Amino acid sequence: GPASAEKFGLGRPAAPDEIAAWDHDVNPEGVGLPVGSGSVEDGEALFGDYCAICHGDFAEGVDNWPKLAGGQGTLDHKDPLKTVGSYWPHVTTTWDYVNRSMPFGNAQTLTVDEVYAVVAYILYSNDLVEDDFVLSNENLLDIELPNKDGFIIDDRAESEYSKWSGEPCMTDCKDKVEITMRAMVLDVTPEETKARKVQEL
Amino acid sequence: MSKGSNNNPSRRQFLSGAAVAGAGIAVAGAARAGDPLITEVQQWARGLGEGVDATPYGLPIRFETDVVRRNVPWLTADPISSINFTPIHALDGTITPQGCAFERHHSGAIELSKDDYRLMINGLVDTPLVFTYADLERFPRQTHVYFCECAANTGMEWAGAQLNGAQFTHGMIHNMEYTGIPLRTLLEEAGFDTSAKWVYVEGADASSNGRSIPMEKALDDVLVAFKANGEALRKEHGYPVRLVVPGWEGNMWVKWLRRIEVADAPVESREETSKYTDTLANGVSRKWTWVMDAKSIITSPSPQAPIRHGHGPLVITGLAWSGRGAISRVDISKDGGKTWETARLAKPGEKMALTRFYLDTTWNGEEMLLQARAMDETGYVQPTKAQLREVRGENSIYHNNCIQTWWVQSNGEAENVEVS
Repeated sequence: GPASAEKFGLGRPAAPDEIAAWDHDVNPEGVGLPVGSGSVEDGEALFGDYCAICHGDFAEGVDNWPKLAGGQGTLDHKDPLKTVGSYWPHVTTTWDYVNRSMPFGNAQTLTVDEVYAVVAYILYSNDLVEDDFVLSNENLLDIELPNKDGFIIDDRAESEYSKWSGEPCMTDCKDKVEITMRAMVLDVTPEETKARKVQEL
Repeated sequence: MSKGSNNNPSRRQFLSGAAVAGAGIAVAGAARAGDPLITEVQQWARGLGEGVDATPYGLPIRFETDVVRRNVPWLTADPISSINFTPIHALDGTITPQGCAFERHHSGAIELSKDDYRLMINGLVDTPLVFTYADLERFPRQTHVYFCECAANTGMEWAGAQLNGAQFTHGMIHNMEYTGIPLRTLLEEAGFDTSAKWVYVEGADASSNGRSIPMEKALDDVLVAFKANGEALRKEHGYPVRLVVPGWEGNMWVKWLRRIEVADAPVESREETSKYTDTLANGVSRKWTWVMDAKSIITSPSPQAPIRHGHGPLVITGLAWSGRGAISRVDISKDGGKTWETARLAKPGEKMALTRFYLDTTWNGEEMLLQARAMDETGYVQPTKAQLREVRGENSIYHNNCIQTWWVQSNGEAENVEVS
């Protein structure tokens, strides 16, 4: 039931069209997913127009911009490639994020059907659907992303906290200490700071 | 650090003379002509300074231009969805000046006036509500000091020693005194469903930065804040209203807060699936790693704050904090962790806030491998990077609270290193 606490009578009721304008989130059960559809084919054209300049024609990423496709099977590698196909657990998140926050710099400009189409193309780029696929609110939840079971809830309380608690060593904690890595060897700290240092020395 | 007298020839001569002589104590003991900064009347002792109308809102004096935010361009694709770093190497105490407190945006720092501001509460509530900024100022307020640490702070250091300076390795953090309304008060005003398990919060910016927060935390200590360090939030920190989520990763401190939705399930938004999830060595990833564990950093000496004063008394200082409560103790090692001595806390640790520590010591030019190790009131002891890697591997990106080592060389220069 509702909380019964002292109320201050501040604020005013939100109008239905106001809630509709701002409440766009979609959860993994599909709650919030609007009616609509879009094809891989339409998505490819839209992606070319609005997304490829940063994310590449095949969602493979340009320069340092995020890669949206590829990397499956790399999560236990030294440098895992985390994409919608290799890492994301839910298609709903892709829909939700593209809808609300993409394209970067011109967010909230795609129509509902366009978002379905762009997401369909991202799925296609990850080899998860065929090129004639049409994504809709009816079938979106049927698509399982490869890493849907790849997440566990924070387990630090069990796996770490007891291990790293209690009175720590204060003396004779190790026999020897050697330097194993140096930041100066890598030399990637911004120049401005180095310039300042030289100037002051 | 001050370059205040660099354009004064006599001062420079005096300094270089001291440097040649070496140890400061020897100079002080030698008979020599008086310091002209004392024996000659200086301009500031004769003429006039600025009037009170010169600076309605002041900036730091020009000699402190080193104390600024810095960014590392190669870290991100562009400076809009990016990070910069607080100059913690040059600060003392615990309160971060807002003007150099780090920023992390996903679609830039937006400009949102109080007049244009609206906050909506909807979802599983009796009455979905809209508040103006003026409404918010009429609710009972609280004031608390908390740290905001980016989940990615120290994240570049997982695989090794990379960036050379405490600002870069540990500067995704600030600590402010916030004034705001308990989130609980606003949820009660809307009549939230007490069986609801989650709230989803999002910002007014294009990225929205939506995050799911369990109701237990929302009802505990989360603040809807509109003042920081006594004044309005800075634009880049969420003006006019941001969320303050004590002890939890900075990403959840949603800026330009525009909507709070009461829900029975988490949204699993982009910022809690693709990002802010921590991949372990076996490829499985932790999600909802909200709390920031106990951590510390020696801010001076450090690579950007080398020892320049010669041998003798040395103040080793730094910061410690924990998302699980108050810092109870900080130990310092000068030999890479072989032996430790307990530092002095500037004042007793406060829950989920930065704590300043000092070790007043003597340095005679010996090389040091400086480390700090924080303990919090739960008994948790800050781990080494090796201990963290043993559990997590090297691909976690976030939540690197390892013990940092600075190699202080005999010339006083310090470097970011890893040790065995």
